[in-house]
Amino acid sequence: MAEARLRQPLPRLLHPGAWWLWASSLAVAASRTTNPWLLLALLGVVGIVVAERRVPGPWSRAFLVFVQVGMVVVGIRMVLAAVLAGPGAGPVLLTLPSIALPDWLAGVRVGGPVTADTVLEACYEGLRLAVILGCIGAANALVLPSRLLRVVPAALYEIGVAVVVILTVLPMLVADLGRVREARLLRGRRSRPARAAAEMTLPVLNGALDRAVTLAAAMDSRGYGRTTGVSAGTRRLTTTLVLAGLVGVGVGLYGVLDGGTPDVAGLPVLGWPMVLLGCTLAVAATLLAGRRIGRTVYRPDRWRAAEWAVLGSGLACLSAILVSAALGVDLEGPTSPPTWPTLPLVPALGVLLGLLALPASPPVPLAAGPRQLPSARPREPAR
Amino acid sequence: MISFRAVSVTYPDAAAPALVAVDLEIVEGELALVVGSTGSGKSTLLRCVNGLVPHFTGGRLDGHVTVAGRDTRTHRPRDLADVVGYVDQDPSAGFVTDVVEDELAYAMESLGLAPSLMRRRVEETLDLLGLADIRYRPLRTLSAGQKQRVAIGSVLTAHPSVLVMDEPTSALDPQAAEEVLAAVQRLVHDLGMTVLMSEHRLERAVQYADRVLVVDGSTVIDHQPAQAMAHSPVIPPVVALGRLAGWDPLPLTVRDARRDAEPLRRRLAGGTALPPAGNGGSPAVRPAVVSAREVTVRHPEVVALRRASLSVAPGEVVALMGRNGAGKTTMLRVLAGVDRPESGRVRMGTRDPAGLRGGERVRAVGLVPQNPRDLLWTESVAQECRDADRDAETSAGTSAGLLARLQPELDVDLHPGDLSEGQRLAVALAVVLAGDPAVLLLDEPTRGLDYATKRRLVSLLRDRAASGTAVVLATHDVELAAEVATRVVILAEGEVVADGPARESVMASPVFAPQVAKVLAPLPFLTVEEVSACLAGLP
Repeated sequence: MAEARLRQPLPRLLHPGAWWLWASSLAVAASRTTNPWLLLALLGVVGIVVAERRVPGPWSRAFLVFVQVGMVVVGIRMVLAAVLAGPGAGPVLLTLPSIALPDWLAGVRVGGPVTADTVLEACYEGLRLAVILGCIGAANALVLPSRLLRVVPAALYEIGVAVVVILTVLPMLVADLGRVREARLLRGRRSRPARAAAEMTLPVLNGALDRAVTLAAAMDSRGYGRTTGVSAGTRRLTTTLVLAGLVGVGVGLYGVLDGGTPDVAGLPVLGWPMVLLGCTLAVAATLLAGRRIGRTVYRPDRWRAAEWAVLGSGLACLSAILVSAALGVDLEGPTSPPTWPTLPLVPALGVLLGLLALPASPPVPLAAGPRQLPSARPREPAR
Repeated sequence: MISFRAVSVTYPDAAAPALVAVDLEIVEGELALVVGSTGSGKSTLLRCVNGLVPHFTGGRLDGHVTVAGRDTRTHRPRDLADVVGYVDQDPSAGFVTDVVEDELAYAMESLGLAPSLMRRRVEETLDLLGLADIRYRPLRTLSAGQKQRVAIGSVLTAHPSVLVMDEPTSALDPQAAEEVLAAVQRLVHDLGMTVLMSEHRLERAVQYADRVLVVDGSTVIDHQPAQAMAHSPVIPPVVALGRLAGWDPLPLTVRDARRDAEPLRRRLAGGTALPPAGNGGSPAVRPAVVSAREVTVRHPEVVALRRASLSVAPGEVVALMGRNGAGKTTMLRVLAGVDRPESGRVRMGTRDPAGLRGGERVRAVGLVPQNPRDLLWTESVAQECRDADRDAETSAGTSAGLLARLQPELDVDLHPGDLSEGQRLAVALAVVLAGDPAVLLLDEPTRGLDYATKRRLVSLLRDRAASGTAVVLATHDVELAAEVATRVVILAEGEVVADGPARESVMASPVFAPQVAKVLAPLPFLTVEEVSACLAGLP
């Protein structure tokens, strides 16, 4: 027993990139299937890992919130499909009263017979979207968003700062709005809603501007922007490269995910090649920016064995799905005819590989551990 | 360490320069205190040191400011970040990150220090300022004193040789202010740091200063502390008592004054004209104009008020005291009907103040919030006054007249945002008093006020109380409480822990006793005014 405890990794928070890559791998895996069993298995894997490795604090509920949003998406898709989509080949479930639309809306149909296959297809597709949302929620529950900003490449640092400032100022704007409303109450001001809105906007924006100026002064006083020995040209070049790289990765991933994007000259240019190109640009920019020695990072997150293992678990899960798809395994949920879906064995085992992230990652630190956020204020003792 | 040579500052669009021909030399390891009336140019002087004036504010700077050999003409604030640490008035407005530890590291990250060095300095700074147990806490959950210490720590990690602070204790309760000043004291004595700070409440800080820079009418006069206090337009009560009794040298601390005060105490004790017990009528004789009974208010993470009761009769001046977060502000908001209690009831006559609207509300209750700016939102002071008259349905010119009494020389065409704290408070008071409310509620009214404005505020409050207005002040300022309050209510953790006549309450507590009471105890004097009245009655 003592030996087992010794071998247990020390509690620490994983590199933010590791969890994000793991969660994205599972999201990409989910995007390639509509088999409800596989999707639910993926959701289960993500849920188990989140339950064990989420960071305490307000963001720890992100996973559940995203899953709930996903469930709403499923519902909306099913209703829309029933009302708007044309009847499919399957058995008719019910017939809605149809509405006659004017001629210029000839392509749109509202109401009419609802068939099982359209509803089922919408349900499966909605479920797929819900699982992808769940993966994003999981990433937010596993990594505090503010920690993610710490690992943005130096070339994007300014953008990171802008995001931080917006995240700080927005809640204050809301608070300001509350204060102005209160002041109106206190001064007994009664005016029409439109006029009141106009009267309230100006002070709120004014306050935000004042605050931004104060913050800028504070940042300047503390040495922000003291980049040494880098020309403006180099800085612009790195920023351009990083942005181009990110766009490349984005477009490429879209190509990979969609699967139906057109090939150019027989090659899936919008797929993996674009991702590679984007990555190359981003790496070049990061190397270039690495020469800017102006800034350093306090307690930098390190990429160690556990990070590799978590990443590997995510990629293993993804490749199992991709390989199965390439080998012609049917990953679609059957809609026409609407039979009971089966669970394909190989992809199912592949999905379970995602669970390996759990033993591979160190436990989240409790009370005294590093970079841990205890709940805000001491709770009131129960009486 | 810091030198000013013939420095003049003129802001853009300003009629007169903010500072004229300032010559100063502050040597290493000194704690220099900057004092002066509201709007006298204290902040401008401080902001010159790290180059925020003129690099950030615009305007024109003549002459030279050099810090550790660097001229602020050629060095921007960011280039001075490693020699000057600048802490602004409101620390939370300058926070860039969201966790204590990251905030401490921010300046070092900007300076590009090695991670191992950063780690060591953060640990040192956590210990130096006593922040170790809150290192992982989100900044928004800290108390005001903790925030101020984090703000100081966040500039200290860059190891500057000069620390510049604008009113570091103005928003703090006495205990938290002690914490911050003790930390500053330690920096000066143990690390040999040069500190330049402005402060309104001289009674707190003057004893620590090596020299005092009096900013007055855009000039700066450099003094030894005791000498400065003999001439300064702003003085703490202990110095005023010293001046009255003709002590030389003037005492700066209660300890010094107590030694000098032996003959005075004997003289006063022989007099018959001891001040009355309680500054006025005793409570609960007249029916209450507003009352809160057993109110409980819960905020998402704390219980702000826990079955607290308070009733106030016309003509009473009640001082609500207690540490930050004790529920003082919430009590005022409940009395004003802004916050609705979860349980318990609030009555203003027969009505619930939460239901009051429009002119009826303005005539029933006026609340001046902690930041008076929250009440003001138009483009000019004159416009505010016109609006207030219209809202209160009174004759035009009412608030303008009130304002003229509080701040005679105020330019009414100014934007409320460009006013100093004291001027802003005056405008907010004028706006609130336009409706002649039966209940006047003030939240921390003396924050950032100089003694002159404070004196005008005190006389205004006394007049109002004499004409039957019920006044409730939430304040940390024991001197203010001693001067105007008839009753002191002390809150702790949302509960009323003490409620009694002002004199007995403040005399009984070493924390809440004003300086004069500490010097003259056991005699029941609270203010210099009372002492002088008593002396006048003696043979």
